[in-house]
Amino acid sequence: MSSEKEQSFKLPPFTAKAHPSWLNAVRQCFLMAITALEGNKMRTLLTMLGIIIGVGAVIALVSVGMGVKSNVTDSFASLGSNMLIVSPGSSNRGGVRGAAGSMQTLKYDDALAIKEKIKKIEYVSPTVSSSYQVVNGNQNWNTSVQGVTPEFLSIRSLTIGYGSFITQDDMNKRQRVAVIGTTVATNLFGTENPVGKNIRVNNQPFKVIGLLESKGQSSMGQDQDDMVYIPLTTAQERMMGITYVQSINLQVESQEAMDEVQANVETLLRQRHHIVGGKEDDFHVRNLTSIMESVSQSTSMLTLLLGCIAGISLLVGGIGIMNIMMVSVTERTREIGIRKALGATYHDIMLQFMIESMVIGIVGGVIGIVLGCGASKLVEYLGASLGSLTTVITPLPIFVSFFFSVGIGLFFGIYPARKAAKLDPIEALRYE
Amino acid sequence: MAETDKRHVTIRLTGIKKIYKIGGEELAALNGIDLNIHQGEFAALMGPSGSGKSTLMNILGCLDRPTVGSYKLDGEEVAGLSDDQLAVTRNKKIGFVFQNFNLLSRITALENVALPLVYAGVGKRDRLERALQCLRAVGLEDRADHQPNELSGGQRQRVAIARALVNEPHIIMADEPTGNLDTKSTKDIMGIFEAMHREGRTIILVTHEPEIAACASRQLLVRDGKITRDEGKGVVMDVV
Repeated sequence: MSSEKEQSFKLPPFTAKAHPSWLNAVRQCFLMAITALEGNKMRTLLTMLGIIIGVGAVIALVSVGMGVKSNVTDSFASLGSNMLIVSPGSSNRGGVRGAAGSMQTLKYDDALAIKEKIKKIEYVSPTVSSSYQVVNGNQNWNTSVQGVTPEFLSIRSLTIGYGSFITQDDMNKRQRVAVIGTTVATNLFGTENPVGKNIRVNNQPFKVIGLLESKGQSSMGQDQDDMVYIPLTTAQERMMGITYVQSINLQVESQEAMDEVQANVETLLRQRHHIVGGKEDDFHVRNLTSIMESVSQSTSMLTLLLGCIAGISLLVGGIGIMNIMMVSVTERTREIGIRKALGATYHDIMLQFMIESMVIGIVGGVIGIVLGCGASKLVEYLGASLGSLTTVITPLPIFVSFFFSVGIGLFFGIYPARKAAKLDPIEALRYE
Repeated sequence: MAETDKRHVTIRLTGIKKIYKIGGEELAALNGIDLNIHQGEFAALMGPSGSGKSTLMNILGCLDRPTVGSYKLDGEEVAGLSDDQLAVTRNKKIGFVFQNFNLLSRITALENVALPLVYAGVGKRDRLERALQCLRAVGLEDRADHQPNELSGGQRQRVAIARALVNEPHIIMADEPTGNLDTKSTKDIMGIFEAMHREGRTIILVTHEPEIAACASRQLLVRDGKITRDEGKGVVMDVV
């Protein structure tokens, strides 16, 4: 059996130095993991899909939740920050209660008194409002008409697009002037500039002196541009024939002063309205900030809930990884046997399979983040045509879900990897 | 005899027993094996199935531990090593050639050959260079980039031999290396083993075919867990 060709096995001396290091082992295992995953692309992709959907869902849903929250916060902020609202209480005649705000005891003078006597208040803005038909030529529109003072502009953070806002002079003279919102302008004037034109409000002639910039919808779905503002005195005396005001908005200088100012306002109004002892107040002072806090708290809960639901799908994705890794270990029993025979230690095999499941977690996580952000943008885009659904993508859910998915890859990889690493090389080599 | 005894004893087995417990009953797969294999020997391990031949081969290859007895490999006791220590020993001192080649199917011939060096912690460039030298030695340099399924049986076994050589092992363990090969390839592969033997490598060949065993310089017959025949002991090629 001498071979025909004289083969030589004199190998050159083996000079290469071995550098068994932890880092080197990780790098090797990483490359092997990539090779293994590439070798089974479809399965890898399907396994990743669980993580992709999980991470994507967390990011998309949390961004929607955060969007709702920021919407609510914004709309409260658009009402002005550090706001106190004084509204009339319900009338109570002979035990029969009227609707809230039906009391007629809150006057313009109360507003002036508050402004005069209570410190730490920036603006005081009493208002009345009613719904009237507004007409320009052959165009008509039914809208909310509010009687306001000049401070209203600042307190509601409104911006004038064209023209000017109501002045104290308009107030004093009970001028028939109006500042209109863009919705009203569009409906009555189309694309024309309404400033300087005349309109009829409840059949009385008004001159349009200003056009407000669009504020969009409030979080409650209310069109904040569907408004006509006229001087408070004009509204009270020329339109509605009343002497009381329907609400007084107060802007307090700082968050800290809110409680103090609220107490002072209550005391002052009780004095002015001669309410003594245990008699019920004929007004309410509401703190918008505290309302906002409770609303934003409940939207936070909503966000958390959505995140948790999405988190469950992430968990299911993790179980999917474990499932596939188990199958993979069984399938590659022989490969594991070969590697062990050639000198792979427990840790080498463990590391190889752990890295494989972690790569699934990491790559799935990254794709999930991209898709989740995309989905959240899509929701915003679709939402824009339906209403004012905005989404807010923050780094927190991205980081959390990414590390969660890596953790899931790690955690659910441990059991299959241990199973692989503990295989007996003889048994594994015999495995068919 | 006198000359060979001076040679380095690569494998020294003393009183090796392997006892399996099956259903409360003790079954001795190996029942007291004493065996010395010197450096440069080409020993064929023969025996019918169930004789304990495979068990002995597993113990010699450090894939398994004896229940009782001492196994000194290159002067180092390996009978009591842990799994990981055995793995390191296999990696450094033993080259395996299997009946069904046992190459990894998803990587190339070159990467297969380099695999033991991965676990030895050799850097990639050195690893591949060395693997290529080994492939060249078995005449498969031009097949380095092929995957195992693109190679014939004989070629696959040559890749496996190259892999067994790559880490300069003390012994080469070949378990029925020609069992899955045709006559032509069998001849080639045995030619390689003979050539390796001529160059002074220690080879242990497990086979049940007498013609294959005849290629070796020493024939060991295992029967009922004992070595019952030991022929040609001491016939060792001179190290060139």
